[in-house]
Amino acid sequence: MRHIINLEVENNSGVLARIAGLFSARGFNIETLSVGQAEPNVTSRMTLVVRGNDEVIEQVNKQLNKLIDVIRVTDVTKNYYVSRDLVLVKVSVTPAKRNDISQLINIFGAKVVDISNKTMILELGSSEAKVNAFIETLRPFGIKEIARSGTISMLRDSSGTF
Amino acid sequence: MTGAELIIQALKKEGVRALFGYPGGAVIDIFDALYNSDVPFYLTRHEQGAAHAADGFARASGEVGVCIATSGPGATNLVTGLATAHMDSIPIVAITGQVHTHLIGNDAFQEVDIVGISRPVTKHNFLVNNIDELGTIIKSAFFIAKTGRPGPVLVDIPKDIQQTKTSKPYPDSIEIKSYKPTMKGHLPQIKNVAKAIAASHKPAIYAGGGVISSGASEELRQLAKIINAPVTTTLMGLGVFPETNSNSLKMLGMHGTEYANYAIQEADLLIAVGARFDDRVTGKVDKFASKAKIIHIDIDPTTIRKNVQVNIPVVGDIKNVLKELNKIVEPKENKEWLEKIYKWKKDHPLKYKNDGKIQPQYVIEQIAELTDRNAIITTEVGQNQMWTAQFYNFTHPRTFLTSGGLGTMGYGFPAAIGAQVANPDKIVVDIAGDGSIQMNIQELATAVLYQIPVKIVILNNHSLGMVRQWQAIFYDRKFSSTCLRRSIDCPPHCDQSGENCPKAYVPNFTKLAEAYGATGFYTNKVEEVKPILKKMLKTPGPVIVEFEIEAEENVYPMVPSGAPINEMIRGMA
Repeated sequence: MRHIINLEVENNSGVLARIAGLFSARGFNIETLSVGQAEPNVTSRMTLVVRGNDEVIEQVNKQLNKLIDVIRVTDVTKNYYVSRDLVLVKVSVTPAKRNDISQLINIFGAKVVDISNKTMILELGSSEAKVNAFIETLRPFGIKEIARSGTISMLRDSSGTF
Repeated sequence: MTGAELIIQALKKEGVRALFGYPGGAVIDIFDALYNSDVPFYLTRHEQGAAHAADGFARASGEVGVCIATSGPGATNLVTGLATAHMDSIPIVAITGQVHTHLIGNDAFQEVDIVGISRPVTKHNFLVNNIDELGTIIKSAFFIAKTGRPGPVLVDIPKDIQQTKTSKPYPDSIEIKSYKPTMKGHLPQIKNVAKAIAASHKPAIYAGGGVISSGASEELRQLAKIINAPVTTTLMGLGVFPETNSNSLKMLGMHGTEYANYAIQEADLLIAVGARFDDRVTGKVDKFASKAKIIHIDIDPTTIRKNVQVNIPVVGDIKNVLKELNKIVEPKENKEWLEKIYKWKKDHPLKYKNDGKIQPQYVIEQIAELTDRNAIITTEVGQNQMWTAQFYNFTHPRTFLTSGGLGTMGYGFPAAIGAQVANPDKIVVDIAGDGSIQMNIQELATAVLYQIPVKIVILNNHSLGMVRQWQAIFYDRKFSSTCLRRSIDCPPHCDQSGENCPKAYVPNFTKLAEAYGATGFYTNKVEEVKPILKKMLKTPGPVIVEFEIEAEENVYPMVPSGAPINEMIRGMA
C-alpha cells in the first residue's frame, strides 16, 4: 500500500543523507521525497511516499523515529489528509491548437505559465491521481518535458474529503 | 579556552578513565592539550586497535569507551571498530580530527568524509562547524552513546575548531528534544506478560545482550527463579544467567546446544529479553518457536517485529520492565516441562573427542576451571569463539566479550587490552585462533609497554577453521585459501593435510612474543596443557600461549544456514 509520511526534522546538515541512507540500507523504496524549510532556521519538513505492506511500513516508521535528528513522524494515510503534487509540463502547441488545449486547461484548473510559437508550459498543483490524468490527457499534443515535485501533505482537522 | 582544551575538559567531566588512540596532523592540538592533563592515554599501534580497546573497556566496565584518531586514514581505520560496536550496541565516543573548515570538500591532505563514511555504522555522528557548539555536541555524544539502546557516536572536529577560543563552558546537562528513549514499560502490557506466563505450560526465556546493557542480569535471574523457566542466551547474552545452573539451556542457535534448540521449538511461550532474533539464532525464521506465543521486551522499538511476529511487545528499559514484572508475576513449577528439559540435557550434552590430541574444548574447560570463571574472556571470531561460547560455562555478565553481530576477526586482543585497563585486578584472557590473532598482533607493543598483563591463548589449527569447516561440510573439501601453512610450494589443489605440508608455522608465536618483550609458551601435548596454563596465569605481563590443536576439529552441533534450528548436524564424538 502507498503511504504518505510527514517528517519534522532538525535543520542539521546531513539529515537528508541520513534518511536516504536509511532507506537504501534497509531496502525500503521511496517513491517520492520532498524537502522544504517549514519554519526558517528551526526545522525542516519532509514528505515521503513509500510503498510496502504493514510490516514494512511499521519498520519504516520506527526506523525514522530512531534517527536522532527526526523530531516527529506522521503517517498521514492513516487519517484524513490533503496531498498535493506540483507539475510543470512543456507541451508542443502551435498557435492553431491553442483553443483545443485551453479547454483541457480549464477542465483541470491548470495554469499557463509560459507561451511561445511552438510550446506552452502548463502548471498544475493537485492530487497525484489528477496530475497523472492531466499528463495523460496532454500526451496527444506531444509532451516535450515534465518536471514534477514529490508529494507534500498535511493532516486535515475536518473529516471530509475535498 | 581553546577547542582542544575544551575537549580534554569534557573527557575529565565525563569521568573518562582511559583514552585509546593515535596522534596525527589533524589532532595535534588535542594531543597538545592532553600533554599536560591527567587523562590516562594509551597509544595503540593501529587505530583499529584503539577502537576495539575502547569497545572492550566499555563492555567490561559498562562505561563509555573513548578513542581518538586523526583525519583521513586515522578515521577510516576506526571504521571496523565502530561497526563492531554498532552491531553489538556498545557505547563508544570516537573523536576524529578533520582538516580546516575552509578546506573541507577540497580533497585536502588526509581529508575524508568520515561523517559520511561512518553514518551507517554509528548510532549518530557529528561534524562540528562552530566552536560554540563543541561542548554541547560532545555532551550529546556521551549522552546518546550510553542511553537508550547504546551505540557508538563519532564527533569529527576540524583543526581550526580545535584552535579557536571559546568562552562557552562544557555544559552540565543537555536535552535533545528529538531523542527520548522509552525507559518505563507500559504497565498494562507488563500485566499481559504476567498473564501469558501464568497461562503457559512450557515457558522459556531467551535472553540477549540487551540484558547486559541494561544491567538487568539480577532481575532476569529473579524472574527465571520465580517462574521456574529454563533460560537460553544468545552469544551476546552469555553470562546473564549462570550456565552452571540446572535450568540453563546455554546458548541457542546455529552452534547452540541441542537442548536449547529443542526447548525453543517445543516451548508454548517464548520470553525474549534484550535479544533481536538474529538469523544465527533463528535459523529458518518461520519455523522458529512456531508453537510459542512470543513476548518481546526491548528498549529499541525497531527490533520488535523486525524479524518475527510478536504477540506481546514491551518497549522499555529491561531492568525497569523486569522489576515491574517480578512484582506481579505468579510463581510457577513447570514440573513436567523441566523434567523434559533435564532429560534432553542428559541425553544430548555438548561433547568432544578424547583421543590423546589437544582438543580445543578441553583447553577452554581448563581455562574456566583454573580461573574459577572469574576471568574476563575475550575471543576472536570463528571456531575459537564458538568453542568458548559452548564450553566455558559463563556465570557473570560482562565477563565474555566477543564480536557477535559483525564477527570481527582481530577484535579479541585489543578488546582484552581495554578490558584489562578497566579491570586492572582481574585476569583477562583472549582465546584466539591462529588466523584472527594475526589481525591485530601489533598491539603486543601496547600491552608490553603499558604493562597490561593480558593472556592470549592461541588455538592453532593452522587454518581459518570456521571457513574450513564449511568447506569440509558443504564444499567437497576444497580448502580454498583456508590453510595458513599453505606456501608457494604446495600443489594447486589440496583437500587433506599430510606429510608434505610445510612443517613450520609462520610466524613462530613464541619468538614473536619474545621479540615484543612478552612471554611465549608452546605445546602440542595434551598433558602439558594444564601446567602451561598454570604457568601462564603466574607469569606477570602479557603472555602468548600456543596450543597446537587437532587440525580438523569442527564446531558441533551445527544448524546449516537457513535450516530450522532443531535440524542439527551432530559431532562425531
